[in-house]
Amino acid sequence: MNKKQHKASAYWKENVKYLFILLSIWFLVSYGAGILFKDVLDNIQIGGFKLGFWFAQQGSIYIFVILIFVYVRLMNKLDKKYGYDT
Amino acid sequence: MSVQVWTYVLVGITFALYIGIAIWSRAGSTKDFYVAGGGVSPLANGMATAADWMSAASFISMAGIIAFAGYDGSVYLMGWTGGYVLLALLLAPYLRKFGKFTVPDFIGDRYYSKTARIVAVICALIVSFTYVAGQMRGVGVVFSRFLEVDINTGVVIGMVIVLFYAVLGGMKGITYTQVAQYCVLIFAFMVPAIFISIQMTGNPVPQLGMGSKLNDGSGLYLLEKLNGLSTELGFAEYTEGKKSIMDVFMITLALMVGTAGLPHVIVRFFTVKRVKDARKSAGLALLLIAILYTTAPAVSVFAKTNLINTVNEEEYTNMPVWFKNWEETGLLTFNDKNQDGKIQYVADKKANELVIDNDIMVLANPEIANLPAWVIALVAAGGLAAALSTAAGLLLVISSSVSHDLIKKVFVPNISDKGELWAARGAATVAVVIAGYFGINPPGFVAAVVALAFGLAAASFFPAIVLGIFYKKMNKEGAIAGMVVGISLMLFYMLKFKFGIFDGGKAAVPGLERDWWFGISPEGFGSVAMVVNFIVSIVINKFTPEPPQEVQEIVEDIRIPSGAGEASSH
Repeated sequence: MNKKQHKASAYWKENVKYLFILLSIWFLVSYGAGILFKDVLDNIQIGGFKLGFWFAQQGSIYIFVILIFVYVRLMNKLDKKYGYDT
Repeated sequence: MSVQVWTYVLVGITFALYIGIAIWSRAGSTKDFYVAGGGVSPLANGMATAADWMSAASFISMAGIIAFAGYDGSVYLMGWTGGYVLLALLLAPYLRKFGKFTVPDFIGDRYYSKTARIVAVICALIVSFTYVAGQMRGVGVVFSRFLEVDINTGVVIGMVIVLFYAVLGGMKGITYTQVAQYCVLIFAFMVPAIFISIQMTGNPVPQLGMGSKLNDGSGLYLLEKLNGLSTELGFAEYTEGKKSIMDVFMITLALMVGTAGLPHVIVRFFTVKRVKDARKSAGLALLLIAILYTTAPAVSVFAKTNLINTVNEEEYTNMPVWFKNWEETGLLTFNDKNQDGKIQYVADKKANELVIDNDIMVLANPEIANLPAWVIALVAAGGLAAALSTAAGLLLVISSSVSHDLIKKVFVPNISDKGELWAARGAATVAVVIAGYFGINPPGFVAAVVALAFGLAAASFFPAIVLGIFYKKMNKEGAIAGMVVGISLMLFYMLKFKFGIFDGGKAAVPGLERDWWFGISPEGFGSVAMVVNFIVSIVINKFTPEPPQEVQEIVEDIRIPSGAGEASSH
């Protein structure tokens, strides 16, 4: 493997690591909090919302938006680090 | 001014605006026509994507469906937003770097195969046609109720408008009209929601109003009140569901993956300049979509509570004007079974006297809450914006599939740019006419087929694209086998359990529910078909030759964001 390919594969590894972390959170807030553990979380009430119900109809969506913007920031930094930002 | 005059004024102004934009942004080349010249800013693309995505189903139907389904309606909220995370992280940046015009372009080039391209074209056409028929129907419903024209005349007016700016402007015209349509539809959705939230809870933010205490001095939280009303009438508690956890999980997954695999959404990310812009614009699109998607469940709660309070155990003769108006459309029916002159709205089907179509909740909501006439008219203009913007995006996918993927890439490779542009316009015109036909004569199974469209996208495109990017050694044999098996399995399951064609037709469908595999409904089966697609692709790939070296180099290249050239056809 030459230097250029080496750099590319290191960049790709870091990218995949970010994807793994972000998609784990994506899974936890929707399928976890909103579906699988909904009944348990519903025992906690915040204002008029049962927590599991809130995650299913509100919370998961807010976190999805945040996840994409975190991804944008992480990747912009990563592009800079490897000089791929041109 | 009356509601009708206001509606004419607002709908007239917005239509004039769309046509003005279309004339200003005419397409001069195929590149303009397919990807708006490739120079759209991330914000404009985010707004256009949001308008493209939010259809008549999101604007008109979704809050109504949730109002009647309660917690079970969450599948749409999570499913149709969570898919954007997949799109932003797994697809959009790489497809932008790849830099072609259409989704079949990617499948055809990455899997170095005409067969793969044609399979992708067929999927894109099926998905888009089923969708667009539903949009035309939405246009017809809004016209017939608010402008009191015949539903068919409404569909024809909608066709003419879409035809005008889609054919003239292509992606360029569509993009900038969609920006305007996003503004119209989000304003139209938020204004009544804010009004009603203040009325019912005193909180101007609907997302918070939904979890606040009622304004009526009872000290009850709104959701507690609605749970109480629901159980009193024999329905399930609003915050609980009736579907199994397994089924909710599978439907949500199928909708998310289907969303990420829809060609008319993916293609929007070909229009921005750089890979960086594609990521950012996916984030902006979801943010703009989330404004509506977090408001919709609040609207559902307000509307359901208001509805029960207004109609249940009240005298039929005292019903407000909106009740009579919607009765005339046939979307709301009252049958005084026990002859007491009052309306009983209960869960028990034998005693229930009121049948309400999901679709009228959002449209009737401002009237139920006694909001001013201009707000009601605004909702009509918003519904039209939502339906038209999505229809236009879908028509573009249809026309580019025909003119670019079939004519240019398969049948007449040496066609000139001008010739291809005219072919694209011709294909768009034919597509509008076919869509209009389905809008006027909707096949009885439109709703069922829309679910099929998501299942199909999940079972076919998503695995093929993801493997194409993340698995360098994925070859054409594996991808084609995966797509064919995934789609066929999905089709089989839908035909068996949604249409009952192997067991004596639609009448048999309710009885077949017991036989669902693992208790998964046809709507959720796209998830299973997707997993099967992945497995088949990978297994076949193991036993067939590696892809050629130059294809592996393409994959290495799309993983690196720098040097994304402008979208090109070669």
